[in-house]
Amino acid sequence: MPMAILPNDAQARGRTMKTISPGVELERISSGAGDKFVLNMGPQHPSTHGVLRLILELDGERVTRCEPVIGYLHTGIEKQCEYRTYHQVIPLIDRMDYLAGPNEELGYVLAVEKLLGIEAPRRTRYIRVLIAELSRIASHLVWLGTGALELNVSSVFMYCFRDREYINDLFEAASGARMFPRYFRVGGLIDDLPEGFTEQARGFIKSFRPHLKEYHGLLTRNPIWMKRTVGVARVSRRQCMDYALTGPILRATGLEYDIRRAFPYSVYPDFDFDIPTQTAGDAYARYLVRMAEMAQSLKIVEQALDKLPEGPVNTVSRDLSDRNTYRSHPWRHFVVPPGEVYQSIESPRGEKGYYVVSDGTNKPVRMRMRSPSFINVQALPLLIEGSWLADAVVAIASVDPVLGDVDR
Amino acid sequence: MSDEVPADEEAALALIQQRHPGAIADDYSSSGQRWLLIRREMIYELLQTLKEQAGFNVLIDLTVLDRLGQEPVFEVLYLLHAQETLTRLRLKVKVERDHPVLPSVSGLWSSANWLERELYDLYGIVFEGHPNLKRLLLPDDWTGHPLRKDYPLTQEPVQFIGLQHEGLPSEQIAKQGEQDAYGHPPQ
Repeated sequence: MPMAILPNDAQARGRTMKTISPGVELERISSGAGDKFVLNMGPQHPSTHGVLRLILELDGERVTRCEPVIGYLHTGIEKQCEYRTYHQVIPLIDRMDYLAGPNEELGYVLAVEKLLGIEAPRRTRYIRVLIAELSRIASHLVWLGTGALELNVSSVFMYCFRDREYINDLFEAASGARMFPRYFRVGGLIDDLPEGFTEQARGFIKSFRPHLKEYHGLLTRNPIWMKRTVGVARVSRRQCMDYALTGPILRATGLEYDIRRAFPYSVYPDFDFDIPTQTAGDAYARYLVRMAEMAQSLKIVEQALDKLPEGPVNTVSRDLSDRNTYRSHPWRHFVVPPGEVYQSIESPRGEKGYYVVSDGTNKPVRMRMRSPSFINVQALPLLIEGSWLADAVVAIASVDPVLGDVDR
Repeated sequence: MSDEVPADEEAALALIQQRHPGAIADDYSSSGQRWLLIRREMIYELLQTLKEQAGFNVLIDLTVLDRLGQEPVFEVLYLLHAQETLTRLRLKVKVERDHPVLPSVSGLWSSANWLERELYDLYGIVFEGHPNLKRLLLPDDWTGHPLRKDYPLTQEPVQFIGLQHEGLPSEQIAKQGEQDAYGHPPQ
C-alpha cells in the first residue's frame, strides 16, 4: 500500500505552491516578505457570487490586505443604452441586478416618467410596488440560500429556492418570464395582472409566512451560524457614510434610513411598513435586517393586494388586436422632452440611482446607473482586512453583491 | 459630526454664497430637481466646505455627461447627501474635453475612490491627487475611453489571440463580402 509522502517544511518552502483547489491559486512571495503570501481568490470561485476577484495578502490564516478586482462581467450597458430607444432599454436594465429585475425596472420607468412629466395610473403604481416587493423577497431568498450554503447549511439553500420558485411563478403568470420579467413599461405595464393572480399571490403569502419562521428556527439561534457571523465583517456607521454604503449594511449599524421613507417614490407612502434596524453592524446584524425586511415586504405585498384599485393600467390604451398597430404604437416609439433627472430607489442592496439625460429624441443621451453593489464591493477591504480567511467568504455573502450590477 | 451645522438646501446655498462668492455659475431646475453649476477652479474648496461645515457627509454618486455636439466639455456631476437632514445637493462642473483634469475628492469621501477610477476608465478624466488612478472595469491594456461620445459602439478591434486578419470587424465583413466561400472573388 503506497504511503502518502509529506514534503518536509524545507521542501515546501523552496518551491512555488501550485493550485490547491479550483479557482484558488496560491503563490508564495519570493521577495522575502516573511511568511506572507498572496492568494488570488476568484474570479471563478463559487463563493464570490459571480466573477469577483479578490487579491488577498495572507499572514498565516489572517488576511492582511485585500484588493477587489472587478470588470470581468463588464458589458457596457451604459453605452448600449445610448444606442437604444427608451423602450428597448428595459431588458438591459433587468440584466444588471439579475436577482431583482423588477426593482431595477421600477427606478428606470420612474425616471423616464419624470422626464415625460407623466404619472402611471393608480392601479399600475400599486401593481409595481407589489411586484417590486416580491422581487425584494426573491432577491433576499437567494442571498439567504447562497449565504447559508457557503457556511455549509445546504438545506436552507433548497428551502429558499423552493420559495423563490413560487415568486418566479408569479412573475411568469404576470409577464411570461421568470427571472427577467420586463413587466414594467414607461407609463404602464405590459398588461394587467392575469386572472387568478391575486389568489396565487395570497397563496404564496400563506405558505411563505410559516417558511420564514422555519428559516429563523434553522439559523437565528443556531450556535454554528452565530459563531460564524456574530462580530464578523463589522463596519461602523461612520465608515458607512464615508464609503456611501446604503441598504441593509447601513441599517445594520442602527440608522433607520430607507429611500422608500426618506425620498418616497411611487405609492410607498400609502403603505404601512417598518424599517428594520440592528446596531451591531456585523454579518449577523445584516442577516437579521434582511430577514426582517422579508417580513416587511410580505406585509407590503399583502396590503397592495388588499388595496389594489380598479382601473386601466396604461396611460395610452394598448390595442393588441392588430399586429401592425402594435409595431408602430406610441407606447413603443415615443420621444422624451429635453431634460435630465436623477431618480433613486431602494433596491434590495441599497440605493440604486438612475441619471437619465434626454435631448428630445427617442434615445437617451446618457444613462447612468448608480449601482449599490459597485459601491458596496468597494468597501470589502474594510470588512475583510484583519479577519480570518474563512471569514472573507462570510463578509462577501453579507454584502450580497450581484456582479452584473457591479460591472454593468 | 457634532460640530457640523445641519444643512438643508437653502442653508447650503447661503453657505456657498457666503464662503465662496461667485462659485455658482448657473442654477437651474430640471424635472423638479435643482442643479448647481460650479466654477471649475473653485470646486474642491467648495466640496470641502460642504463636507466639513454643511454636513454633507455622503458622496452618493459621481458621474459624467459628455456634451459633445453642443460644446466640447464634460459635465462632471457630484451628488451629495446630508444624512442628518436628508438633504441632497446636485452639483456640476465643466471640464474641457481635450484637457479633462479635476482635483480628486477621494480624500474627502472614500466612496470617490472607485467612482473616480471608473470615470478615468470610461471617460479618461484625470483626477489629480488620486491615490491609485488606474483602469477599473476594462482591461489594463485597453486603448480609448468607451463612454465618450466619439467612441462608437461595436467599432473596437476584436482582441483574440492569434487573430489572422487585422482590422475592425466591419472591415472584415466588408472584405468577406468580396469573396465566395473558397476565397475567390465572386463571378
